[in-house]
This record gives sequence, structure tokens and C-alpha cells, in this order.
Amino acid sequence: MGRHRDRLIPSLGVGLLALVPLAFLAVFFVLPVGGMLLRGFHPDGAWDFSGVAEVLGRPRTARVLWFTVGMAAAGTALTLLLGLPLAFALYRLRFPGRAVLRAVVVMPFVLPTVVVGVMFRALLSSGGPLGFLGWDGSWVAILLAYVFFNLAVVVRTVGGLWEGLDRRAEDAAAALGASPGRVFRTVTLPALMPSIISAGTLVFLFCSTAFGVVLTLGGLRYGTIESEIYLLTTEFLDLQAAAVLSVIQLLAVVVMLALAARGRARTEQSLTRTRGAARAPRRSDAPLLVVAGLVVGFILLPVLTLVWRSLRDASGWTLDNYHLLADPSASPALRVSIMEAVENSLRTAIDATVLAVVLGLCVAIVVSRRPRGAAGRRVVSALDGTFMLPLGISAVTVGFGFLITLDRPPLDLRTSAVLVPIAQALVALPLVVRTIAPVLRSVDPRLRQAAAALGAGPLRAAWTAEGPVLLRPLLAAVGFAFAISLGEFGATSFLSRPDRPTVPVVIYQLISRPGADNLGMALAASVVLSLLTVTVMGLVERLRVGSVGAF
Amino acid sequence: MLYADTSRSRRSLVAAGLGLVLALSGCTLMGDDSGSEPPTDDQQNHSENAGSTDGTPAKNGEVVLVTHDSFTLPDEVLEGFTEQTGYELVVRASGDAGSLTNQLVLTKDSPIGDAVFGIDNTFATRAVSEGVLAAYSPSDLPAEVTVHALPGDAADHLTPVDYGDVCVNVDDAWFAAEGLTPPRTLEDLTDPAYQDLFVTPGASSSSPGLAFLLATIGEFGEDGWQAYWQDLMANGARVTSGWSDAYGVDFTFSGGDRPIVLSYASSPPFTIPEGEDEPTTSTLLDTCFRQVEYAGVLEGAANPEGAQALVDYLLSDEVQAAIPDSMYVYPVTDVELPDLWSQWADVAPAPIQVDPALIEEHREEWVREWADIATG
Repeated sequence: MGRHRDRLIPSLGVGLLALVPLAFLAVFFVLPVGGMLLRGFHPDGAWDFSGVAEVLGRPRTARVLWFTVGMAAAGTALTLLLGLPLAFALYRLRFPGRAVLRAVVVMPFVLPTVVVGVMFRALLSSGGPLGFLGWDGSWVAILLAYVFFNLAVVVRTVGGLWEGLDRRAEDAAAALGASPGRVFRTVTLPALMPSIISAGTLVFLFCSTAFGVVLTLGGLRYGTIESEIYLLTTEFLDLQAAAVLSVIQLLAVVVMLALAARGRARTEQSLTRTRGAARAPRRSDAPLLVVAGLVVGFILLPVLTLVWRSLRDASGWTLDNYHLLADPSASPALRVSIMEAVENSLRTAIDATVLAVVLGLCVAIVVSRRPRGAAGRRVVSALDGTFMLPLGISAVTVGFGFLITLDRPPLDLRTSAVLVPIAQALVALPLVVRTIAPVLRSVDPRLRQAAAALGAGPLRAAWTAEGPVLLRPLLAAVGFAFAISLGEFGATSFLSRPDRPTVPVVIYQLISRPGADNLGMALAASVVLSLLTVTVMGLVERLRVGSVGAF
Repeated sequence: MLYADTSRSRRSLVAAGLGLVLALSGCTLMGDDSGSEPPTDDQQNHSENAGSTDGTPAKNGEVVLVTHDSFTLPDEVLEGFTEQTGYELVVRASGDAGSLTNQLVLTKDSPIGDAVFGIDNTFATRAVSEGVLAAYSPSDLPAEVTVHALPGDAADHLTPVDYGDVCVNVDDAWFAAEGLTPPRTLEDLTDPAYQDLFVTPGASSSSPGLAFLLATIGEFGEDGWQAYWQDLMANGARVTSGWSDAYGVDFTFSGGDRPIVLSYASSPPFTIPEGEDEPTTSTLLDTCFRQVEYAGVLEGAANPEGAQALVDYLLSDEVQAAIPDSMYVYPVTDVELPDLWSQWADVAPAPIQVDPALIEEHREEWVREWADIATG
């Protein structure tokens, strides 16, 4: 009896924990997307699938589909390939300036795509310094942009796990005569695999729904599913065709998540964690450090171009662009000064971060449990995938869905300011889960059982076993969620109020208007946004460093 | 046991952190929640209530204006509306003209506001035929305004507020330095003398891009524009996704390598070098398509009287005079233009026309055909 209760209560509690995030997802994702699909397939009160065959038969549909999937796969592979050496350098080695570099790697993650697009094109266009490469308007430029934006995801997700990995298994393998390559393949890589798959999944989803950057860098030759859905919804109002593509998008994402879940389940293992696993660089690290250095250079090139251009005008060096940021009347195109937009961004980011981290923690705890039955495992795995879905669905579908479904009490939220942090939290949630869950999963469940056997209640047992390793990924997740919220543009531009714009929205407005001042301010504001992110991530990083002694 | 000694301090750190975060979010959520906090300054005052009052604007004497993300007017002009009419103004802005129109169509059963501004002549027919708009237009419109009115019944639903000419611009300084004569007409752009010199945003991703496609359709006819675009592409035209990178990256004025760009008739005044008084670029006035933006009262508006008052106000001298500097387009009434505009921003004497009903009927087909020719 007692034993039975012990097992039942924790699983019941865990089940309840899942309800809150599930309700959130149902209202703010399933309902709006379902509403849009219904408008497409069930217009005027009757089911209508007449356009499906026609949409599927268009040669453009097949081309767009393959291009989207192919480019996302290539982008994911390249990002992982370049991200791993960097994660090694920044999380396994100790050297001066490491904290700054860790922060720098995150900068691209929040830069507005429209600004990055302009910077990349300024470098790559036929008149630019790298114009001789002939990459302007080609798929190579798109691929580079995918890597540029997503490196942070790989470096931080994998680095977070790598950092605490016990070195002794590697040392033992090496002592037994294994070459460094063999040690990596047989010891390190298997241990990292779950986090590599996690990061890869996220990068794939980000790449397959990238929109602005594909248009700006690839020109209009390369349509993706995302840009097609946008065109069909906002210009042509062809909701059925948009719904067909949304369903394809959904199916593709589900298949991809299922594959990833199987891969992860096969590779998961309990890990021993240590502190201070980082060591000083050795001569044998040189090849990896060269790769890592080149990758950092690749990130810095567009970023420094941006900084350089923000400090110049027609007559030479100047700080004018930065002085204008505090002046509400600097640009007639704006109603608020950029400093006010910064304040709006910060407020929204705090809300979104709290939402995403609280909900994400609930989800991570639930999906890191390993039920004994096969059915239970399937439920946990499905739950895990469900919270990734928002990343794989077009922002315009969700945005329009908000308008048509959240229009009646008690959910009359269409014009409410709370939708902005909610939409941002929806995007940040998967990253929070992916940052925390792999670490929780790597905790040996026997620790919890041991605590329970010694008389601890279920909560106390979980806290004793998992609490100590939770802090690092939790702080990383906070930083990530904050960065996502600061940089989010797609959903925010759709939902934010004109008197309370966030920084990316203001930058977009500035760069779409004529005048050197507007462009200069847009560039300066991008630099400020980027520095703000680096500062916040740096602070979070400090907090982590300070707490390392506790592990 | 390993963790026992340190868990207390760590726990208090986590607790402190959580407390701090919650406290911070407490104030931000409250700050975001409309109305529950007194507005901090006048500037936020008039739209403070956007969040919660959507359902019952009439009771509070509010008018909700739905518009696109390029809408902006100086605060004193917006406040003037409240001073003159007693209605409070709430602005909801998102997307471009197309996205705006489609939002209104999708939400026509429970409208998201009372009045709309920013539906243009390329989307007007859809808005009117979908029944999004109530019949209202000020009765005593002067001739300079009615000249921009839509044909037929649509004129009763949508009132012209501003217009802008989308035209080919040339970098005169570049042409002078190269000793070349700049082009004058759309046909000139297919002349081998101007090979690889033209850049335009695309019709499928940019509203000036669509306007340029319509200009070529108006100029060469429904059956002739395809051949023109084939020649244009064969002559090395570059198609970008948006105006900002065509003008800001590729145009020679911005440091690019293309001296001919699709932009607006209002662009040249922004190219006057510091310390000089003449722009270095100019507009080709024979290549222009005119975009007119309209305002109207939404069908099913909670506050139709307020919405009508707002449409009237958009034609007042205060708003009309503020339009050029705020939104970079021309007012429809004959208020005085800013000096730079009257001097350097000419409008096309005879812009290229395409019937709005025809645009609505063929838009998707034209854009798809265009995409096949121009983007391969």
C-alpha cells in the first residue's frame, strides 16, 4: 500500500505539472492555428477540399518544399559542424576573454534579420568588399545566414552539457591508449549526443521557418514554405492554399521531431557531473582552436561592419547616430525615442522570460521523467514534441489566428498588450525546455529513489537529486529566453501597439524610410540592441560563475 | 550528501533571484495592463487604453483606428482630434496595406476597430466588395480630393487621404561622372546602353515593387507587359526583396553599383548633400504609378459617429499638413507643402493608371506570372 502510494503520488503531481503549460499551448497556439486551418478548409459553413489537389500539383509547391527542407538540413549540419569546436573552446577550455567571447557568440541571435540582411548584402553585393565571391543572391548567402543566426543555439545548448561533463572517463580512455579522435568518438560524443540532437532540432526548426533573411539574401528566386504562406495569407487571401501548406509544414515538423526523439532516446545516458572540468589549452587543441577562431571571425565580420557603419556619416566619423537615439523627435517616422523603445523591450522581455521559464521548467521536469511502461514513455515523448511545434509553424498563421479566435470574452485578447510577451514566450519555450531537459534527464533516477528511500517526500527527493544541477541550465534558459524576446520581430510586429514599439519594430520602421539619418539610427539601434543582449547574457554568465563553487 | 552543505545558500540565491524576477515582472505586467496604472505622461495618454476597451469603446468615447505599420503622425496632431471632438483615439497598427485589408476581411464579423486608414487603390476593391466598410464619405469634398476618389460606388465607402508616386529614380551625379545620358522612360530601361544598371524590389514581396509591376501593366497593356519584363530581365535588371535593400545597398547613391532604382517621387529631397542645396538624384516622371491611401468607417463599428469624425479629421489642415514629413507621401488637399518638397519632390503630371477592379481581379495571376519571368 505504502509503496504503491509512493509511486502514484509523484506521477500524479508530475501530470498536474503538465496541465498548466498544456493549457497555455492550447489557447495560444492550437486554437489560433486551428482557427486558420478551419477558415481554409471549412469556409462558409461547409467542408471544402477542392483546392488541395491543385495546390499540391503546382510545380512551385514541390520546389518550395524541397528547397525549404534541403536548406534547413544543410544549415543544421553546417551549424553543428562549426558550433561544436566553438562549444569545446568556450566551455571546456580556460583562457582569458572567454566570458566575452561566450557573450559575443550570442550577439547575432538577436540582431534584426532586416539589418543583418542589409549588412550581409553590403559585404557580398557586387560592389561590396566580398563581391568577388559572387555569393550575392545565391543559396550560399542564405546558408551562411542560417549559420550566423543559429550558432548560439548549438554553442550554448551543447556547451551547457559539455561544461559539466566528468573528464575522468575521457582520461581513462586516453590512459588506455585511445587516440584523441577515438576518445571523442567513443566517450565524449555519445555523452553529448542528446544535447546535439536537441540543438540540431531547434536549429532545423529555426532554419525551416526563416523568412526575412531568405528573402533579403536569396532574392525572390528561392521561396520557402514560410514565404509562400506569408504571400498567400497577407497578399492573396488564399486561405485554403495557405492551410494546405501549413498542414504540410506541420506534418514535416512532426516527422522530424519523431525522428529526433528516437535518436535521443537511443543515446540518453546518466552522466556524472563535476565542477571545473575546463582546463588550459594545449598544443594539441590547435586545429580546433583555429576552426573556432575562424567561426568567431565569421560572426564578427557582419557585426563589426554594422558597428563601423553606425559610427560614420557622409562627412566621416561621428556619434550623431547615437545621440539621436535619445531624442524623441529625431525621426518624424517614429512616435517614441529609441530609448523609450528600449524600455518597452526590456519590460516585455522580463514578462516573456518569466512566462517561458516557469512554463518551460514545468515541461522540462515532466519530459525528463522516464516512466516504466511503453505507453507512458510515448506520452512523455509526444509531450516533449508538442512544445516544439510553435517553432515549426508560420508566425503569420499564428498572428492571423489570434485575430479570428481570441475575439470573444473570456478570451478577448486581440488588442491586448499581453499578447506580445505571450507570443514571445511561445517562441522561447522550446529553447527553455531544450536547455533544461537534457540536463535533468542525465541525472540518474536512482539518486531520487535513494532520497525517497531515505524518507524524503517526492518534492524533497526531486529537489535533493535534481536541484543542484538545475541552476546552471536554468540561468542559461533565462538568458536565452531574454535574448529571444529582445530580438523577436515576426510576431511582435504583428501584435505590438504603435505607442509601445519594441526595438526591432522601431529598427524596421527606420530602415524602411528614406534619409541617411533614419538608416544611421537603425544601425545604431541595432548595435544598442546587440550590446543590451550581450550585457544581459554576461550578467547571467557572471551569476553562473559565482555559483560554480556550489556544484 | 555531497550537496548538503551548500544547498542552503544555493536555495536562498534561487529564491532571491526568483523573488526579484517576480517583482520585476509584477510591475511590467501591470504597466502593460492598460488603464490599471495612471499614464505616466501625456504622450501615452491617448492610447493608454488600447488593451481592454476594445469591446466597449463607445462608452468611453473612444475611436479605434486600424491602420498599417507606416502610419505615424505627430503627437500634437493626434491629440488635436481629442481636443476638437472629445473622442479618445486608439491606434492599432500592423502589417502593410495588403495585410491590413486581409485582417479586416477575416475579422469582419467582429471588427477590430471603428475606422480604417491605409487601404490603397490596389486593395480597395477587395475591401469594398467583401463588405468590410460602411457607407461614409464626407459630403463636401473639394475637387482636389475627389480627383483621387475610387470609381463607382467604392467612392462612398473610402475617402482619399494621401497619395504617393512610385517612380524610377536615377543618380544624376553618377551619370554625369560617367558622361552618360540618364534614361527617361520605361522603354529606355531595356536599352542595352543601360545594361546592368537597374534595381527594383520585387512585386511579390514589396508594395512599391507591386506598384512598379502595375505601372508596366498600365503602360504596355495586359498582354504586353510580359514581353517588356523579359527584355528588362535580359538587360540585367536586379530584383531585390524589399525597397530598403534596393535603395540602401544596390543604389549608387548608397554606395552600390546600380544608378537606376525604383523608389518614390519623394525620394530626391533626401539626397541633398550636406552644405549644398540640390539633390544629386531625380525622378523619371513618365514612369510613375500612383498609390492613393484611403480612410473609411468599418461595418459593425462600435462607435460609427466617432469613426466618421475621425475620417473627417484626417482631411483637416492639421493632418494634411503633417502628412509629408511624417509619412513621406503627399496630402490630397491643397495645404502648403514643406519647402524641400515643393522645390524637389515633383509629382507625375499624368501617372500610369490601372483600374482598381482589374487589379483585384488579376493580382494573383499577374504576380505569379511576374514571378515566373523575373525570379525564375
